[in-house]
Amino acid sequence: MDVSFILITLLIGAAATYFAGNKWASKVALLFSVAAFAVTLCTVNLLNNGENVNSVTRWIKNPMISISLVGDGLSLIMVLLTTSLTAIIILATLKNTFKNAKSFYALILFMAFAMVGTFLSADGFVYYIFWELSLIPIYFIALIWGGGEAEARKKDVIKFFIYTFAGSLFMLVAFIYLYQKTGSFTNGALVRVNLTDKEQFWIFLAFFLAYAIKIPIIPFHTWQANVYQKAPSAGTMLLSGIMLKMAIYSIIRWQLPLAPAPAKEYMHVLIILCVAGVIYGSILALKQQDLKKLLAYSSLAHVGLIAAGAYTLTLDGLRGAVLQMIAHGFVVVGLFYAAEIIIRRYNTTEISEMGGIRIQTPRFTSMFMILVLASVALPATFNFIGEFELLYSLAQTNIWIAVLGGTTIILGAFYMLRMFQQVMLGEQNAKPFADVTFGEGFVFVTIIGILLFFGLYPKPIIDFITPALENTLNLINR
Amino acid sequence: MTTLIAIAGLGIICLIAEIFNLRKAIVPVTIIGLLAILCLNLVNIPGVHVANLNMEQRSFYNNMIIQNNYGTLFSSLFIVLTTFLVALSPDFHKEHKAKLSDFISIKLFLLAGAVAMVSFGNMAMFFLGIEILSISLYVLAASEPKNVSSNEAGMKYFLMGSFASGLILFGIALIYGATGAFDIAAIYEAVSTGAAKGWFFPGVVLLTIGLLFKIAAVPFHFWAPDVYEGSPALTTATMSTLAKVAAMAAFYKLMRGINLEVPGTYVTVLIIVSVLSMFVGNLTALKQNNVKRMLAFSGISHAGFMLMVFLNPPVTAGTLFYYAAAYTLAGIAAFAVVISVCGDKRNEDSFKFNGLGKTNPLMAAVLTSALLSMAGIPIFSGFFAKFFLFNQALKAGQVAIVIIAVVNSIISVGYYFKLILAMYTKESTEEKQAVPFAYTAVAVVAILLNILLGIFPDMVLAYL
Repeated sequence: MDVSFILITLLIGAAATYFAGNKWASKVALLFSVAAFAVTLCTVNLLNNGENVNSVTRWIKNPMISISLVGDGLSLIMVLLTTSLTAIIILATLKNTFKNAKSFYALILFMAFAMVGTFLSADGFVYYIFWELSLIPIYFIALIWGGGEAEARKKDVIKFFIYTFAGSLFMLVAFIYLYQKTGSFTNGALVRVNLTDKEQFWIFLAFFLAYAIKIPIIPFHTWQANVYQKAPSAGTMLLSGIMLKMAIYSIIRWQLPLAPAPAKEYMHVLIILCVAGVIYGSILALKQQDLKKLLAYSSLAHVGLIAAGAYTLTLDGLRGAVLQMIAHGFVVVGLFYAAEIIIRRYNTTEISEMGGIRIQTPRFTSMFMILVLASVALPATFNFIGEFELLYSLAQTNIWIAVLGGTTIILGAFYMLRMFQQVMLGEQNAKPFADVTFGEGFVFVTIIGILLFFGLYPKPIIDFITPALENTLNLINR
Repeated sequence: MTTLIAIAGLGIICLIAEIFNLRKAIVPVTIIGLLAILCLNLVNIPGVHVANLNMEQRSFYNNMIIQNNYGTLFSSLFIVLTTFLVALSPDFHKEHKAKLSDFISIKLFLLAGAVAMVSFGNMAMFFLGIEILSISLYVLAASEPKNVSSNEAGMKYFLMGSFASGLILFGIALIYGATGAFDIAAIYEAVSTGAAKGWFFPGVVLLTIGLLFKIAAVPFHFWAPDVYEGSPALTTATMSTLAKVAAMAAFYKLMRGINLEVPGTYVTVLIIVSVLSMFVGNLTALKQNNVKRMLAFSGISHAGFMLMVFLNPPVTAGTLFYYAAAYTLAGIAAFAVVISVCGDKRNEDSFKFNGLGKTNPLMAAVLTSALLSMAGIPIFSGFFAKFFLFNQALKAGQVAIVIIAVVNSIISVGYYFKLILAMYTKESTEEKQAVPFAYTAVAVVAILLNILLGIFPDMVLAYL
């Protein structure tokens, strides 16, 4: 058994879901996503036992391309995040009814397939194909099942597509350029090639464009809030929970080892750009009247900090980035799910029209509260560990940047708690609010359980990812 | 050689069948015949690793026809495309049943011309091929005599096309004057020994202009949008896939055959033409509302992409073939959907595609895939075609051209996705109508071939 089984499970799942018909689509999709998660766990177990889980298949002779999938701590933890979140996201949508559900769920599984492929590929060309492939399903999910006014949605979605497509095409050019130098697309060969500083700079820039748009780092963020707001919740969760992590993962896996010189030379510029995103996102989140947009900007702030950590080129920074990616993935999915529950029941996204939910549903309120606290990195949650490592690594580089980056926690606490106050507390709302069902509660409890467990005992994950990150660091400092 | 004879024979059989009142059998027989010819043709491929265009070739009739992998592969592509076009014909021409044999046989003669254009060994054969192809197209463009725009398209195409043919002929005459030969190998000999006289280069330039006209590259593209829009949709499909690629393949073969020692300025000019074609084609396509016109301009930009093969001619034969196959298969699939939506009515405005995702999900999916392939999104062969092209160009050290091509790919997303958006987000205004089986079959098979080519590029690349 090797990592390709995860991919195959998801691909078969996508096809099976489509042919299962509208009535059974959601159940089949759930089944296959859980199966993919189980396969991932088995693979992780095999890797822990020191077995080889890589898979290499020859594909194209000239240019020399092989489908090589490599499972190490870094890639497998991301795959774990993807498969578990996919299952949770599908579980979270069971209550909704979608038009043409078979296509919807097939697209979700197909997207998971593409994202897992992106995390596993060790061949630059195959990696690029998966990277682009993940864009198609989310485009259609946001376009067809999205909310809001149709014309505005179309504009935002096409903008998102063109932005990300444009960025990644330059990455393709960089890969082809590297291929001309080495005669190979594999990660192992590419990181060993000797490039002049000027070449490294251009390659770094091409990669940066692709990743900065996807993460997004300012000034490439303009697509984000609108798409998050208009995509259906499942799409928003996929985007914010997993897809943008593809970009941060790629920074660690591809960009930094391939072009370390410019990463060192422009470290401060990069970190300041990322931290600027933190502050900008936080300030915009303060002013939002729309619940989904507020969460979108808060996500912008958190992700900016993750990217900043990765660009510090320290072990703490890289590890913090990976940990926080996982923590943020779960929290953001939980928050968007809570938002979706409220929006579904109140039929509005305006924060001002909400409020007074606590009196009606204390259970939902406490679960939402824990997620909000996790999001502002309260100690004992997983997010605290991630943000602590990130800020620590920033402090090693420059104490003032760390202080600025720390505003994410202060401002975050401010806008998140204020949002909580306005949405949940207050006089009883005129509109009735049904308490969470068992299914909804189950999703929350799972997410909260994961966040608290790893918040108190992060050692398994840290042990799992540290060797791979040390490897990466050695390549950066070669 | 046998391929060419068999195709011409099949065309004549079609005409005779009409006399014996076997009209119903024409299309099935033609399709089976074409598939048989395809097999016959593929037998000619000697095997892998015959890398060079000029190696491992057989010649017929004093070098009139030269058979090598390049010619054989392109001929196979043309045969496949013609099979699709023939399969689309009976439903498309259902109001002119009496003329069906004419339409089919003209398409077969057109195929004969295209095959001659990629397997010539002599300038005479080359010109013969180009004229057979062009005259068939003139007829097809004007094949709706009662329709003014079809007449206009036929006339326009004929006038401009015959002018281009004149230039080609003039070029051939000058080359003959400079080298004393029509034979490609003899011309090559004369050029490489330096025996060619001063007339040679003007001759090449005239030949180039004539061919660029046939390809519809900027600045020789002005005829294309009007002719594409005015002609019946099936003829437009023929012109923008088969004819364009045949001219491109002939151009490449000719330039590789006679013209290795050209001054660098010649390549520079070709590259400028390529860049201009990309920009003009893409930017104009953004503003089109008529789908046929949009595809015409997108075809101009694809011609620009294909011209990039001249950056590094000795090794790009495979890339050109791959690009041509990817582009034409996507093109045929797209046109099959366009025809099924618009019928043979004279209106292909993009609003007709509104809501196609709901009224006919399969056709909408095919058109989406075809457009994604043309835009260069992975897993469709259009992406791999662009990748191989960029790879070759970067190998030649042309980073700037690749960046320009990338920018153009991004622009093209704009108009391809406009149509996709219309299909999936707008409400349908048209009555739902039954789609003939042939249209669906052609669309699906073409797009499946496209995807297959994308997943297994080695299938064809290994032979060139």
